[in-house]
This record gives sequence, structure tokens and C-alpha cells, in this order.
Amino acid sequence: MGLCLLAVLLPLGLLLFLLGAVASDAIARLNLGFLLGYPSRHADHAGILPALVGSALLVLWTAIFAVPTGVGAAIYLEEYGRGGRMASFIEINIANLAGVPSVIYGLLGLGVFVRALGLGRSVLAGAATLALLVLPIVILSSREALRSVPRSLREACYALGATRWQAIRRVVLPMALPGILTGSILALSRAMGETAPLLVVGALTYVTFLPDGLGAPFTALPIQIFNWVSRPQQEFVENAAAGIVVLLVSMLLLNALAIVLRHRFQKRFV
Amino acid sequence: MAPSSSAVRVPSEPPRVAPSSTLAGLLPSSPGRPASPLLERLLEFGLLACALLSVATTAGIVAVLAWETLEFARVVPLRRLLLDTQWTPLFHDQHFGIWPLIAGTGLTAGISMLVALPIGLLAAIYLSEFAPPLLRRYLKPALELLAGIPTIVYGYFALIFVTPALQKVLPGLAGFNSLGAGIVLGIMLVPMISSLSEDALFAVPNSLREAAYALGAGRLPTIFRVVLPSATSGIKASVILAGSRAIGETMIVAIAAGQQPRLTLDPRVPVETMTAYVVQVSMGDTPTGTLEYRTIFVVGAVLFLMTFAMNALSHRFKRRLLSSPET
Amino acid sequence: MMLRSRARARLPALLGWALLSLLTCKKHAAGTLGAEPSAPLDTPSSLTDAPASLADRFRGAAVIAVDGSSTVFPISEAVAEEFRSTSAARVTIGVSGTGGGFKKFCSAEVAISGASRPIKPSEVLACERAGIEYIELPVAYDGISVVVHPANDWAAHMTVAELRALWRPQAQANVQRWNQVRSGWPDAEIHLFGPGVDSGTYDYFTLAVVGTEHASRGDFTSSEDDNVLVQGVSRDRLALGFFGYAYYGENAAQLRTVAIDDERDDNGKGPISVSPETVTNGSYNPLSRPIFVYVSLAAAARPEVEAFIQFYLREAARLVGEVGYIALPEQVYDLVWRRFARRAVGSIFGGSGSRVGVTVESLLGAE
Repeated sequence: MGLCLLAVLLPLGLLLFLLGAVASDAIARLNLGFLLGYPSRHADHAGILPALVGSALLVLWTAIFAVPTGVGAAIYLEEYGRGGRMASFIEINIANLAGVPSVIYGLLGLGVFVRALGLGRSVLAGAATLALLVLPIVILSSREALRSVPRSLREACYALGATRWQAIRRVVLPMALPGILTGSILALSRAMGETAPLLVVGALTYVTFLPDGLGAPFTALPIQIFNWVSRPQQEFVENAAAGIVVLLVSMLLLNALAIVLRHRFQKRFV
Repeated sequence: MAPSSSAVRVPSEPPRVAPSSTLAGLLPSSPGRPASPLLERLLEFGLLACALLSVATTAGIVAVLAWETLEFARVVPLRRLLLDTQWTPLFHDQHFGIWPLIAGTGLTAGISMLVALPIGLLAAIYLSEFAPPLLRRYLKPALELLAGIPTIVYGYFALIFVTPALQKVLPGLAGFNSLGAGIVLGIMLVPMISSLSEDALFAVPNSLREAAYALGAGRLPTIFRVVLPSATSGIKASVILAGSRAIGETMIVAIAAGQQPRLTLDPRVPVETMTAYVVQVSMGDTPTGTLEYRTIFVVGAVLFLMTFAMNALSHRFKRRLLSSPET
Repeated sequence: MMLRSRARARLPALLGWALLSLLTCKKHAAGTLGAEPSAPLDTPSSLTDAPASLADRFRGAAVIAVDGSSTVFPISEAVAEEFRSTSAARVTIGVSGTGGGFKKFCSAEVAISGASRPIKPSEVLACERAGIEYIELPVAYDGISVVVHPANDWAAHMTVAELRALWRPQAQANVQRWNQVRSGWPDAEIHLFGPGVDSGTYDYFTLAVVGTEHASRGDFTSSEDDNVLVQGVSRDRLALGFFGYAYYGENAAQLRTVAIDDERDDNGKGPISVSPETVTNGSYNPLSRPIFVYVSLAAAARPEVEAFIQFYLREAARLVGEVGYIALPEQVYDLVWRRFARRAVGSIFGGSGSRVGVTVESLLGAE
């Protein structure tokens, strides 16, 4: 039993060590200037603002693309298509897509969005690729949320003369909203940390301005970290560590937002 | 006894009237008085379109990979992928044998499984059999946290900490190697194996354990001779799924494992995985239509086939777990 | 209840707008911090030379797209950084390698391409077909440095013949150990690191060492990113690699250069170590070469691009040295400046590509 306990504590201990090591490397570099500055060839002047803004824009547009379609798909699968052949076919597809490596999504984005549709190396192409990547997660978590609404509520709506869509819109969806929001935000948090698809789709590593349009060249937090990790000088290692701290804090904030939102919405229905 | 995990789902709804196989049957009519049947139908189609996006994604992936692979096959016969043992598609002496990339992928994935499997399984056993419920409530999400960390952080860890530490132990270790990358990859996979195995162990009915105790078996023999074998399907499913994840992992190996395709099983030397090759070439933003560009799709296609097969196998094992929990 | 649900439905949209406005506010705020003044919104010139695509319609202010050699990248990066304080134009720099950069240059995807070798005949043809006229501007000298790990105490110098035996195509899968290159060296694996096939450094090295451009073995760690090569060699006792001098200079504590002997006595007897002096006086042979920046004639018509190039040439002497390359002599920069001023198109190498052992002065002077 002691061995088993060790097996649980070992990875956790390594995780703590990793975080501690990253934090200690980063502490020298983390200041307001780093957060608001631009990349530079001088490691101590380098900042992360374009990457931060790029990541924020990507998350925003990924949300715009993925959340409505994901929730829509979940509604269809839960409310309309249950038990049908179409639904089970779609479900198999979603289960497959959840297991596809992220770099393959990058190839899909490269072939379809960047080349075939001519979007180029833009925020739009990056966000579309990430949206496809997180779509299975959004669908799965939305389905869970929809499923948690008791059947009796729907039946009550029908008894009162509501159509299916009226029942969904007025009763089921608002009740499932906390779960849907939580799931979507967690999916977006995952999208924020993805590097490989963005590398393939072509986020640049040297961007010293903020993207001002959807078609603009952009960079993102994981890409900037990757660029700094690739540089052999010790000072850039510290930059990479600081970048990692910023990334993890951002993801933590998103997750915290998810929990807070779920709490707020749940209070109304208790 | 219905377990409270998401691995086994017991449907809670009474079965609806089965739709007929005609097109109309695919779109069951809404119960109750339709306020506006046209709107209802339109909405239904709209939602169906959202759901079909996932089908379109799969179709897109297959189409893109197949198209570029076929274009590649026009210039280079596909059997050269399997018959050659060197991968130098961009160089003067062109070789298109994909085995070095598969070897690199297999090596890192193999090392990661060697790390993740024992730790993950033992952790699952602890959480399922030994842990008091309070501890379980905190330890389980803590382990899940490991899975939520972006892989680039793990890559940083592998390059900056693990490899130098290993170099102190193994002096002949190169700066880029599959050992460090594999170990870190394994740590990343532990939550996957532990979580899914724990679900499988939890699903084993208590009656089996009670029976073993009744026959006089101690706790450890019960676990290893009765519970574990019963949960084999679920454990196999989790292992295969983790293996599929290991094969598809990109950032850890791109940063720490190297970019030298070589057919070797030596964990101390630089290698290149399939995923690292895709990233390496596409970072140079090769123009459409060149052989270089097509090779990344060919490698992507092989990767897709491998992970697809493993996922399908894992799904089959999971179904076996669901259908016959007593075996 | 209905009102509340409608309000709730609007919440995500509100959040989105709030976030978007926050971001645009941040952009202007960043401008006041001195990092970047606000940019002009419509610049017709940026739409005339680039092919119209969906992305172009969304493109904001003028973007100067630079791509190409990773050898030239540190110079371009330094220039772009200094340029930011004098101009609103945005500079992006990709690192696709000299070959990759030319491919994009000759399809009008980028305005400026850095190159660590002159434009070669196939690229001249591609540019001609696309109607792209280019102005070739030498900006610095580089001595390709052959490096090993500091703990490598056996390979202090090598001859060009040994390098050829190590790097030529026939060496693939055959020459795998140090003692196969020179007997007396350790019987251990040799781990090779070098630039990728899109790299001008790779092209020039193969031409100078192997004798045929683009001909080399394929079983080494190849990367367009020279930083990866530095990392590889500096952490591996058995490694050998080559890249531009600036990358050695930045990491001199973690690397050791190998002195090269070209077995010709007329330009320096014996093995010559790479240094600014040996590159300038021509004794570090055959691995010294000029590195370039190419700008298209159409792009040079844009005021922001012209300003950028002028800034580049003006600051090159200072920044080249700071970055770690070898500056051209003062009068050569004058000749290059005049070249740009009169928009002289074509290559001083005649479009025939790299030539080993020629100086830029002689070619510019002959014009």
C-alpha cells in the first residue's frame, strides 16, 4: 500500500517541483514591463504583450466559433436526434475526433483554412483550427449539462403546450447553462495552451506589434514560449519561464472564471 | 450497482418511440401543439448542421490527408515508405523510408508507457482500494491537474531540468534524446491511465471482493488476483488510449527529443518523431505543391491511421468492459 | 423570467464586446507608453503589390513582411527593433531559410528576403516569371563557424578534405564515428548538426566544402533554426555542427570553434580560426561569405519599405557588429547605399549564385 501511495504522490511531487522551478526561474523577469513590453533581442527588455493579446484574440474567436456550434450540436444530439441513426453516427465521429492528435488538426487547418480558403497565416485561420480542436470537448460537456436537466421538466413544458424549441429555449437551456459555460470555458482554457496546431498553421515567432485585424499576422503565448525555449542563452530560459507563468496564470484565471460563473448561475436555481 | 463514474453510463430515460427509417423518421415531429412548424423545422436543421460539423471535420481531415498523400504517391510510389530504412526526403540522396520516424515515435512512446503504466496503475489501485473517501476527493482532481498543464510546459521541463539531470547520471547522454522526453511524456500520461483504470477498478462489483475475503484471501492478493484481472478490459482500454496520446504528442518531443531521423532503439541519442517532423517542416512554411509540403501530410496520414486504429481498439475494450462487468 | 433569460443570453455578447474594446484600448495605451505610436488605418500602397486575398481585406496598417535566412535574422531583428521607435510601420520577420524566403519573395508574399547566399538561377527564373524585380544589397560578412562541444579536446582543427569526407552524400550511413574521419580520434559516434535544406548557409557550405551546392548527407539533425543547432552542440560532447558566426559569438562560452585548413598557402597557411579579422582579411577560407538582403522593386516604391531599407543600410555598420557578424568596410556600405538609391536591379553575381572566395568590393566596384 505504501508503494501505491508513493505512486500517487510521485507525479504530484514532480508537478510541484516543476511549478516551483519554473516560478523561481521566472521571478526575476516577471514585472509590469514584461507584461506590457514587446519581444526584443535583448532578453531583459523582452516582453510578452503581442503574445498575450494574440492569445486573447484567439480565445475570443475560438469561443465565437466553437461555443454556438458546439452547444447547437449538443442540443441536437440530446433533444432531437436521440436514438436515431444519424445521432449515433455523429456520436461516433465526435468520439473519434476527441482522440485525434492536435498536430493533425494543424494539418487540417493548413490545408483547408490557410491554403484552400486563402485565409493565410491569420488570427482567423488559427481560431478556426482551434475551434475544430475543442469542438468535441464543448459538445461532450454541453451534453452532460443538458442531460442533467430532469426529464420531468421537459414533459411539464410539453404538457403546457410548448413546442420542443420553446421548451429548450425557455427551460432546458437556461437550466443547463452553468454546466455549458463551465465546459466551454474549460475547453477554451485548453485551447489557450495548444501549441502544435498554431505552429503548423503558422503563427509567426517574430511579431512586435498587436494584431489589429482578423487577417493580421499574429503570435500567441505558447508560440512565444516555444521561441524563447529554443534560444540557448540562459536569459531567454528565464523569459520562457516567465512566459509559462503568465500562461498558467491565464489558464487558472479562466478556470476560476468558470467556477465563479457556475456558482453564480447555480444560486439562481437552488 | 451503478458506479458513479462517467465511464459507465446507465441510461435514465425510458426509450422513445423508434423513428422509422425514412427521411421523415430522422426528423421526429415535435410533441404538443407546434407554434410555428416551419420555424421548428428550420431550427432543427440548423442544429443538425451544427452537429454535422463534426462529421465535416472528420471528412476534412481524411480528405486533406488523402489528397496530399495521393499527390505524393504520383511522384514517389508509396511502397518506398515501407521498404526504405532512411528518411531523407529533402536531401540530395532522397530516401522515403518512414521507419526512422516510426522508430523515434515508438521509442519515446514506449519509454513513456514504461513510466506511466506502473505509476498510473498503482495510483489507480491506491485511489480505488485504499484511499479514504476524503483523501480520494482531493487526490483525484489533483492528479487531473497534471493532465491540464499545457504540453509546452512539460517540454520546457524536459529540456531544462530532466535532460541535464539525466546527463549527470548517464555521461554519454546527448542533449537531445528520447529518454528525457519519454520520461516527461510518461509523467504527463499518468493521470490518464490512473483515472481510466480507477474507473475500471471501481466498476468491479464489490461482491467479487467480498467473495475473495470470504474465501480467506488478504487484501493484496484480492487486489492482484481478483480485482485487477476483472478490470483488465478497462485497464487495457486506458493503456491503449494513453499510448495513442503518447504517439500523437508533439511539443515535448519537438523541444527535447531532437530532429534527427534515425532508425535506432537507443534512448540516449537524438531521434525525430513523426509529429516533430511535421512541425519542423511546416515551421519553414513551405509553399503549397512541393514535395516537401506533401511529405508532412504523408507523415500526418500515417500518424492518423495509427492513432485511429489504437482509439478504435481502445473503444472495443471499453465496450467489453461495459457489456460484461462480471468477467 | 423571460427578460432575465434574454439578458443572460446577451451576456456573452456583452463580454465579447467588452473584451474587444479592452484590447483596442490596450493597443492605444501601448502607443502612449512609447512602444508604438498609433498606425494609419488605410495605406493603399500595401494593397497594390500584394495579391488580393481574403486576409488582405482584413489587414490593418502597413505591414513590412520580411522572411528568409536565419543567419540574417539577428540583423533584421535588431534593425526592426530600432526601427520601431522611428516609424509606425509594422515589421514581421519569418525564418523560413534562404530558399524558403526566396520562394515567398518570388511569389510576392514578402517584400524583403534575407539571404545568406546570392540568388541562384532557378530563383532568378521564378522571379522573372512572376515579374518581380529585385535589388540585391550585401549587408555584412559572415564566417561560417564549425563548432564542437568545449569538452571535445581532439578536433581542434580540420581540413576541408576531412569536412568533405564527413558531409558529402556518400557519407550518409557510412561515416558514423569520429575515427572514420581521422584515425587517432575517438571511436565514438559523431552527432552532426547543421542547417536545413532551405538554408543559405547549408547551400554555401555544401558548395564550398563538398563542391556541389545542395549535395550532402541527410542523416543529421537539420533545422532552419540555428538556435536549435547551438542547443544541440552545446549539450552533446560528441557533436559537431556549423552555422553563422553570430550564433557562435552569442554562445561562445558553450561552444568551441574548429580551425579550418583549406590546404592552400596563398591565403593563409595552416588552420585558420574564424574571427572578424580572419574573415575581413580573407584568410578564413572557404567559409567566409557575404550575406544579403533582397528587396523587390515594387516594395521599394512603398514609402515605409524605402524608409526601412534606408534605416537598415544606415545602421548596418553599427548593428552588424553588435549582433556578432562582420561589418563591410565603410566604402562598401556607400556603394550599397548608392545601389539602392538608383534602384539597381539584378545580382552582382550575375544570377549564377554563390561563388566561393569572391569579395563584394570587387563585384560592386566592377559594376
